[in-house]
Parts: sequence; structure tokens; C-alpha cells
Amino acid sequence: MNITVNGEDRRVGPGTTLAELVEQVAGSGRGTAAAVDGTVVPRGGWPAERLRDGVVVELVTAVQGG
Amino acid sequence: MALTIAGTELASRLILGTGGAPSLRVLDEAIAASGTSMCTVAMRRLDPGTSGSVLDTLDRHGVRVLPNTAGCRTAREAVLTARLAREALSTDWIKLEVVADERTLLPDGPELLEAAAQLVADGFTVLPYTNDDPVLARRLQQAGCAAVMPLGSPIGSGLGIGNPHNIELIVAEARVPVILDAGIGTASDAALAMELGCAAVLLASAVTRAQDPARMAAAMAAAVHAGWLARGAGRIPKRSQAEASSPRHGMAVL
Repeated sequence: MNITVNGEDRRVGPGTTLAELVEQVAGSGRGTAAAVDGTVVPRGGWPAERLRDGVVVELVTAVQGG
Repeated sequence: MALTIAGTELASRLILGTGGAPSLRVLDEAIAASGTSMCTVAMRRLDPGTSGSVLDTLDRHGVRVLPNTAGCRTAREAVLTARLAREALSTDWIKLEVVADERTLLPDGPELLEAAAQLVADGFTVLPYTNDDPVLARRLQQAGCAAVMPLGSPIGSGLGIGNPHNIELIVAEARVPVILDAGIGTASDAALAMELGCAAVLLASAVTRAQDPARMAAAMAAAVHAGWLARGAGRIPKRSQAEASSPRHGMAVL
């Protein structure tokens, strides 16, 4: 299925969870946060969050700033 | 000379922004020279190609991480960014920034106040970057903010403190720490902020974009300390005419 991750199209297997996606993109996921369709998903909820076709995922982390 | 925000003690009254440093190595040296206890970071899309994390640098120094909502233009964006930061960094402290436009980067008062109220209700410790407006500062305190952080002048401008009287007015009625945030250009600006009664100074560009960031960081640390001492010491009143410090009596007749 096709989803959008940080503004880019990405193909993932059916039933992929948010935890699996974060691991693919970010490795350990330390210092990473995720929002699915504009709603923040707490880390504890990542394994249970099955991504649906067409969802928009934002993965963010801390960078130099402020 | 510790600073207390929301019951948490910070050893240094200099808060360092990490933006603008040309490399993590330069940032590392600046943090060490500043003696800071807390550094800000921004939240941005994950870039798997990036090597080295600012978080590793901050961890090494044992400083507290203060995420910001830089770049947000609406209360909605800022609240979402704060929630992402809380998840990513396991802190409910947030430097709340909601700016009106890219040219001035001045805070958008109504959006800022709305975001502050929502975040306080959501359990955040909110440190809002605000205008040097005593009335807006009062409203932010009433909304439950843990500090107020008025600008000295626009972000990155290095113009210093444009309206010291307003900063004094904000300090005079504040029940939470007032932190001078933005506009500091050099050490005397930081000292003035503290002399005006601010509890701390938050700066980034003045150090990270200085020719010698570590040296400027040391200068800022000294200036904040000097200003804090001077404020506590009670300066003499300004007079329009001279007042001799040597005795008038007992002069030899020559």
C-alpha cells in the first residue's frame, strides 16, 4: 500500500505498523515522534498502530534551533 | 545564583539556543564555555542522512533540553509541535513560539495566548517567547505560563534591548521568571537584561554566529553573572548633576 512519510510517497507492506515504519526510517527511534493524519501517536501506541492505505505520517526529531 | 522555573532549579541563568552553530563541535565548545544548564532545540522532519545528533551533544554536557515550536504560525501548529516534542524528548517543557511572519519573526499575540492556554491545560510547562508588551506578558501569566520570555529586539537581529522600560514594567509585575529572549548582540546587552531584573537570558545567534563562539559564550556567562550581581547590589540613582565622592571639608588652603 502507499502512504506519505514526511511529504514523500512510500510503499509499505499491508498491515505495517507505525513501530515498523519508524524502525525502517529512523532505526532505534530514539528522540523521534510520530503523527498520523495530524494526530500525535505516543510511542507506546506505535506497535498497535496499523497504517492504512493513504495515511500521511510525519516523523520528527530534535535539530539545532532556537 | 540558581534559577528556578516551575519548581526546577537550573544552576545557570544563561539559556543557550543551539541554532546557527556551524557544527556540533563548535556547539560543543560553546556549551562548555557558557556553563549553561539548558539548551533549546527545534523539531523538524527526520532526515536519515544526518550524522550525529544535537541530542548526543546535549547529553554529553548533562544540560536540560528545551524544545521549541520555532516556525509555527498558528496555535494549532504550535500545539501539535509541542506534543511531538513531548513524545520525542520526554519533556513537558516547551519554549512556545508562534510568529506572525518571516520578515519580523515577531510573536503573534492572539495565537500565542491561545496556544499557551491549550498547552497549560494539556499539562505542559510553557515558556512563551513574547513581545516586550507588559499587557500580553500579564495575560500569558494569567494563562498559567511558567515564565515569560519577552524579546529585546527581533530574533537574530543583535539589536539589543530596544525598549528597556517595557522590560522593567514586565519584571515589576511578574510573578514568574522573566527571561530576556531574542535580540542580544553582545555581552553588555545580556548584562543590561539582568540589571533590568530579568531572571535569565536566552540567546543563540549572538554566540553561535560570533566569530569565536566559545569565547562569546564565556563573555555571555560573565555578563549574565555581572548583571545579576549588579541588580542585587542596587545601583545608585541616576543624577542630572555631579555629586563629589571626596569630602568637601578639610581641603588645604593652597
